[in-house]
This record gives sequence, structure tokens and C-alpha cells, in this order.
Amino acid sequence: MTAVQERPGAEIGRDRRRKEDQRLITGRTRWTDNLQLPGMLHLAMIRSPFAHATIASIDKSEAEKATNVVAVFTAADLGESLGACINAWAITTDQVTPAHPPMPADRVTFAGEIVAVVVARSAAEARDAAELVDVEYDELPAALDLKEAAEATPENGGALAHPDLGTNKSALWTFDSAEAGTGGNVDEAIEKARTDGILIEREYRQQRLIPAFMEPRSVVVDPTGEQITMWSATQIPHILRFALAATTGVPESKIRVIAPDVGGGFGGKLQQTPEEMIAFAVARRLGKPVKYTETRSESLMSGHHGRDQWQRLTLAATKDGTVTGLKVDLLADLGSYVAIVGGGVPVLGAFMFNAIYKFPAYRFNCQTVLTNKTWTDAYRGAGRPEATYAIERLMNELAAEVGVDPLAVREKNWIKHEEFPFTTVAGLEYDSGNYEAATAKARELFGYDELRAEQRRRRESGDPVQLGIGVSTFTEMCGLAPSRVLGQLNYGAGGWEHAEVRMLPTGKVEVVTGASAHGQGHETAFSQIVADRLGVAFEDVEILHGDTQISHKGLDTYGSRSLVVGGEALVKAVDKVIEKAKPIAAHLLEASVDDLEFTGGRFSVRGTDQGMAIGEIATAAFAAHNLPDGVEPSIDSEATYDPVNFNYPHGTHLCAMEVDTETGALKMRKYVCVDDIGNIINPLIVAGQVHGGLVQGIAQALWEEAVYDESGTLVSGSFVDYLLPTAADTISFDVDHTTSPSTTNTLGTKGVGEAGTIASTPAVVNAVVDAVRHLGVNDIQMPCTPERVWKAINGAHGGGHADTEGAAAPHFDASTGMEGTVDRTTGGADA
Amino acid sequence: MTRISLTVDGASVSDDVEPRMLLVHYLREKLGKTGTVIGCDTSNCGACTVHLNGTSVKSCNVLAVQADGAEVTTIEGLARDGELHPVQEAFRECHGLQCGFCTPGMIMQSVALLQENPKPSEEEIRLGLEGNLCRCTGYHNIVRAVQHASGQAETAGATS
Ligand code: FES
Ligand code: FES
Repeated sequence: MTAVQERPGAEIGRDRRRKEDQRLITGRTRWTDNLQLPGMLHLAMIRSPFAHATIASIDKSEAEKATNVVAVFTAADLGESLGACINAWAITTDQVTPAHPPMPADRVTFAGEIVAVVVARSAAEARDAAELVDVEYDELPAALDLKEAAEATPENGGALAHPDLGTNKSALWTFDSAEAGTGGNVDEAIEKARTDGILIEREYRQQRLIPAFMEPRSVVVDPTGEQITMWSATQIPHILRFALAATTGVPESKIRVIAPDVGGGFGGKLQQTPEEMIAFAVARRLGKPVKYTETRSESLMSGHHGRDQWQRLTLAATKDGTVTGLKVDLLADLGSYVAIVGGGVPVLGAFMFNAIYKFPAYRFNCQTVLTNKTWTDAYRGAGRPEATYAIERLMNELAAEVGVDPLAVREKNWIKHEEFPFTTVAGLEYDSGNYEAATAKARELFGYDELRAEQRRRRESGDPVQLGIGVSTFTEMCGLAPSRVLGQLNYGAGGWEHAEVRMLPTGKVEVVTGASAHGQGHETAFSQIVADRLGVAFEDVEILHGDTQISHKGLDTYGSRSLVVGGEALVKAVDKVIEKAKPIAAHLLEASVDDLEFTGGRFSVRGTDQGMAIGEIATAAFAAHNLPDGVEPSIDSEATYDPVNFNYPHGTHLCAMEVDTETGALKMRKYVCVDDIGNIINPLIVAGQVHGGLVQGIAQALWEEAVYDESGTLVSGSFVDYLLPTAADTISFDVDHTTSPSTTNTLGTKGVGEAGTIASTPAVVNAVVDAVRHLGVNDIQMPCTPERVWKAINGAHGGGHADTEGAAAPHFDASTGMEGTVDRTTGGADA
Repeated sequence: MTRISLTVDGASVSDDVEPRMLLVHYLREKLGKTGTVIGCDTSNCGACTVHLNGTSVKSCNVLAVQADGAEVTTIEGLARDGELHPVQEAFRECHGLQCGFCTPGMIMQSVALLQENPKPSEEEIRLGLEGNLCRCTGYHNIVRAVQHASGQAETAGATS
């Protein structure tokens, strides 16, 4: 590992203002919806109002006659050319995976599913004509409640999301540390704790959330050239091209996918969407360019959702608060189909329930379940926020039980910094970390002791406004990770990334990355890496991405992988450039290769003032007038890097929350976080990522929830009902860092994109509960609305355990939906 | 069709538009001013904010015909003679944007806010931007940017 400080280069570690911003602040951005191609047609989707119904008939005759309507297509019209939406992650070999047609022919399985498409000369005319399409449905019973869906069988008459499958159970994934040899037997730990220790049993609900990126999804398909070109507001141009080829039979070489500027994703644009498939098929059929841009309501209804789990947890500990075992039973709602990586998301969390702790025994059962709701998939953090929430809430319960400070119980159980690298009970090897340092720094910044003193004062005086202090320590696995390991998890792709460094004849540099950005500032951060490593000016580096023609290879952007995997690929490509340039430099300088050293962008002959800049060598290689024999006239290089391990950022987050016990109103007073993400390339960008992540996590704790009514209609189907926080709802944060460089990549960096979201949700809920624990409250269902807080305080249960709406659902029985085998599907759509 | 004449970013334009056409569609589709974007269909997100006769409006909430005779400024007309507006500069300086989709609307709203109140407190900034949603920045650096543009904050602290 190279320590960053050793390099004299001034770029890495510097608050560089972003290259991207010039176009974004002047309105010159290339959003997909800005594209206007000659002769372009526009699509409007007709979507099912029912959660589950058979399509009795579709009468499109009126719509076809409307002004400027070119065609109206149903599944029957487009037939085979529609292809299928890809599922890339069967987490078990017998996962039940219903076939996922972009536009079903006979049965809809969620409200918002597309049944027909209108093609017209303008978007407004397409929308108008869509009103004229008459679709008759026969409604079917819908599987909507997650627990009921898990229990439904043909015999008990429960509603099945796909009646032909005979079950709503998709896959059962289990891990047991005793069987895996990574730890002890959790049942024994629980039995022991029951008689002579502490047993904490809780059930937590991870409500359904919506990624709600600000740029609605948009797709343009132009079939008029040599290739079919698709512009899409997607996170995954490379995977999308592969998926289109694999599911439509059009050769990959005939498809070009461009992700121009993309306005946010958070996992929500990690999909081969039905809309993209339909646009692709319509463009091919008509031979004309087409565009489809969703409305916000369509986006909320039919873009994938996240979270949506029931977690049942049993934590065993000794009386002094040392954890001896953890058992987790999880029900995860996949919605009506298994989305591209949706089946694997809860399992990513499985590895993270033990968090930063040295738990000696662990068992995890995860049952994924199909329902008649929009499908779920990755949403910022993907599996890790759910796990972190559960364990950080439990650690607070344990502290309360033992009667110690929540930080003390963490300290008793966490991995000490001298113990790294550390293999966890879930079998992961944590690269580096220092939980003591991050916690100490956060405590100080926060003024922990003073705030605890204020909390005591308020309690003693019976102040109607109580103060809660929320603690959350976290780690996560990011930069998914050795392809071999992903293969063992049945994941359909690898974890590598690709980079290319092109040395232009003038000495400037073009860099190509397969990690395509949607707001993360790759153009800036990657330029900083190249500038330092290659010794060229920041301004002389241009980063190209998001176009499969230019960057022919890549695995795109999700899971905090860009810098730790894509950045490392870049480092390797730069190093190859230097290696290739060396013999040319030696030749031109008339020196031996062994006498050359490369620093600050120059090769120099040791002990002399002779030297040449890398740019000059690029020029010489281009001219090729005087190269050593047998050396190719190019120093361009590329590298594909497969990470040796995940990496594990961590941090300590502290939140102070005022709770008005008379109204249930909450007011956040202070939020401090100290994250350790290893070495930092651009502190400004990192702070921005943390701020945005924090608000997304806080929003889960306090405001956001995708709510369906009993008929399966998404009630929170617009920004009027789906409450994204505003500037007025949030506060400014105190963000700081400690540094434990990652030992698994040259730059020593760790991912940061999801950290804020993962850690903040439990910090906030812990703060809310902490404020009113002395009133007998030990849980409040998310989102913690004033009404729920008020009800918890004035519990229908007369204090004690404050059950809220969530727990009013049918009681979760560990034996239900958690055992037994799963039938293999007949109509699998795996590809 | 109704005939409208207006000034957009300093240039006078005349067009026949359908009475139901929204100003945002007129700007984007008829004039190619794609700097103004659409983020929702319920007038909640503020992504489409422009200035109409000097006041900020959500252009998805205004009919094109209502802009007849008016002066409209969009994000594309904010920089003058190649010089960025101080608020644009401040957004870059303070990293007040990530994906940039909310940014045109945020900047237009911030400019209007500072016109009304040149030295707003943090609280006033937050209330003034309440109608504009951002999913990326957590608002922290947007607030800093507005403070910076108003001369109330020296730099964008990466750590605060
Ligand atoms: S598009 Fe105008 S407020 Fe959202
Ligand atoms: S910067 Fe992405 S929505 Fe604001």
C-alpha cells in the first residue's frame, strides 16, 4: 500500500471544485429528455389501475384514429421482439423467478404495470390518445401484505401474486456460523442467555421506500443508423447493452447505449426497465426514433422501490452486556417480479448484521416473497441499512437492559483496532478500521457529556420537551468485490472494472472509465488521481464515460464501487502507461532503463539533469520517428481490475433530538458524524456525498414511506404524498473523518456513497426512542411521525413496550415462511 | 392556437401556442431552452423554476399564454457576457450540486431569494428554498452556497 502523503502531487486530498459543474450550473446539461431527433415519435404508456387482474380485452380503435397517432401496440402486437426484463441474481439455485415480460399479454401483477403503448407525433398527443384506449380487466385477489403473502398457499386460499407458481415464496437463503465454521451455535447461546443472561427479542419493520431521483427516467431509441442507439437515464449503460442483446437477440455489436448526464440514481436506475424494452421494440418495429419520459407519478408507481422487510431478531448476551449470539429471521418483499438484483439485496445485508462487533455465534434466515406490488431492488445501501438499523437498535436495547451508556455496550463488543484484519462471524475479512478513534472524535465534536447532562436535567425537571441522544456505529461492505465471491453467491456478473488511458499526441490525456457517473463527480475525482499518478496537470485530463461505444467495457456505478474498483483500475492503467513509456524514454535520453526514475510526470536519468516529460514521450510515440526496435508506437494502456476484497468503511454517528412529549413533534438539534473511509481523494465531494446520504437515511427514520391501500393502489403516488424532505425540514451537519487506509487498494480508499444513509437511520430512531425511554417506550415504527411518537408516549398499552401500527399486523411466527423448501418455477426468466 | 410575444433571456420571441401549453414545455420544446427541467407533475419539486418579470415561478404552473408580454429569465440567461452570476459561482464554489438536476431551479430560486433578502439567515434560506427539492446534496451545501453568494460565508468547508 502506498501512503498518499508520500506522493508530492498536490491533487489527491485536495478540495477541487468540480469539472462537471460548468455545464450543470449554466443549463447546458445533456439530459436524455433534452434530445430531439428528426422525425422522432413519442410514447405514452397505458398502465394497469389494478394490482392483480387478468386483461379481458384491449380496444385501441379509438386511440388509433386520434390526431397524429402513429400506432398503438399491445404485447400481442410486439410479440417476441419485446424480449424479457433480466434477472441477474438467483440467490439460490431453486429461486422461484416469475417470467418478467415488459408488457404482459394476459395478466397484470401490480398497479402501474404497462399493458399498451401509444405512439404519436408529440408527447401530448400520445398522452391524450392513451385516454382513449379501453382496457377491460377481471380483478384477481392480490397478495399485498408481506406476512400474509409468505403464508399463502393454494390450500389455505391465500392470495398468490402469480397463481401458476403455487407459492409466493421465492427463495430461502440461510447462513449458520456453526455450519460455516465461522462461529458457534446460536441456539446454545440463546438457551444459555435465557437462563443466565440477557435475551433481547424484537421485531422491526423496514418500510418500503422510493429512490426518488430528481430526473425522471427517460429513454430515446434511434434505430435509423448502422446500430440501434439507446440514450437512457440509467446507472448501467454497459449492463443494459448486454441485457438488451441477451433478451432480444439483437447482437451486442449492433447496440450502442449512452447514459448522458444522469440526474441521480441511488440504485433506482439500476435496471433493465420495461419502458426501455418497449421503446427498443417500438423503434425497431417502426424504424423511427422514439422517446419516452416518465411523469413523476409514473416514476413513483413503477420505478423500483427499496427496503420493505420484516426483521425478527434475537440477541443473546451475558449480564454484563457481552453479546454471545444473534439470530435473524427476515421476510423481504420482492414485489411482483424478481428485479435485476432484487433477490440478492436482502442477502447482502446478511453479512452485515454483526456489524462492527465480535459476535461469537450467528444465524440468518432470509425468505424472499412475491407480492402484487411494484418490485423492489437496490436502494442506497441495499441490504446494509436494513441490517445496520436492526443491530444498532438492538445494541441500544441491550444497553438499556444492562443499564449502561449505549456507547459503552458498543465498546465492550466491537473489534479493537489492533485486531484488524478481522474475520467476522459472517465470514468476511474486514480490511482495516479504528472504531475507538472515530467514536472518540465524534463524542468530542458532539459534546456528548454535556448533552447527556442536559438530558438528565430535562428528565429531572419533567420538561415537556425531552432530549434524546442517538448513537449509531456502522460498517458496510462496499466495492462489490472479488468476482469469484460474487459467483459463489450466484450473482450474474463480476465485480471488476475497466479503465483506459489514452495519451494524446499533444501530451494531453483522455481517460475512459467503465464506471459511469450520475452525480458523484467522477470527472473530477478521477482527474485528480490521474494528474497525481501520471504527473500531468488536472486540467489536461479528460474523463470519458457512459457510452458503450467509447467505453466498451465496464460494470457501471452502484454499491460505492466507482473509486475503490474503478479508481484502482485507473491506477493500474496509468502504471502500464508509465511502464510502456520507459523504454522509449531510455532510448530518447540515450540512457539505460535501469538509470531512469519517474517522478512528477518526468523520466529523468539518475544523477543528471537530463529528462523528458510523459507528454513528450506521447508525442514521440505518435510521430514514431525514433523508437527502439520492436516497440509499438503507442503508450496507451488499459487495465481491468478485479478487487481482492470488499472494503469496509465505518463511522460513528450521533444525533440529538428534541421530542415534545405533549405533541409528539420532533426537532433535530445536532447531527455529528465521523466517518472513516480511508484516504480521501476529494474532501469536498466526500462531504457532499455524506450530507446527501444523511438526509436520505434521516428521511427513512422520519418521513418517507411508500404506502399502498387495501386494493393495492400506491397512495403515496406523487410528491404531495411521498414526503421528500426539504431544506426547511433539515439541518446543517457536522461532518468529520478519521483515516484507516484500506489495505486492499493502492489508493487506500473506501467507498462513501452509502455510508450516510446506512448510519443515520438508526442514529435518528435511537435518538427519538432515547428521549422517551423513561416514559416506557422502547420502539417506534418508522417513519417516526409526530402521531406515532405521540401514540407511543401515550401508549394504548399503558407504557411499557410501545407497540405502534406496524406491530398491529398479524404476528410474525418464526416458523412461518422461514422453513421448508421452495418449488422450482417453470417460467423462469433468468438470463 | 394563441399568438404570444415575450422576451426570453433577452431575446424577443413570438409564437402560436396551444392555450393549454405550459410555459416549461414552451421553453423546452419550442425554444430549445432545455436548461429548465421538469421533475414532477404536481408543482412540488421546483426543478422548473424561472423568473417571470423578475419574480420566481414554477414554470410548470404557468401557461405559456400567461407569459404573453412578459420578460422571462431562465438559467441559460443568468450568466451575462460569459460571466457567471454570483449565485452560479457560489454553487460551484460550495459544491451545492451533485447530479445537477435540481440545480437550475435551485439557482433561480436562490437568486430571487437574495433579491428580496440580501442577507438571509440560515433559517430564512431554508424556508426560502422549501419549494425546491434536491435528492443529492442534503441541502447542506446549497444553504452554504446561498450564504456564500450573500457574502456571509467565506469558504465552503469540506468538513462542516
Ligand atoms: S416540474 Fe415544476 S414544480 Fe416540479
Ligand atoms: S443535485 Fe441532484 S437533485 Fe439536487
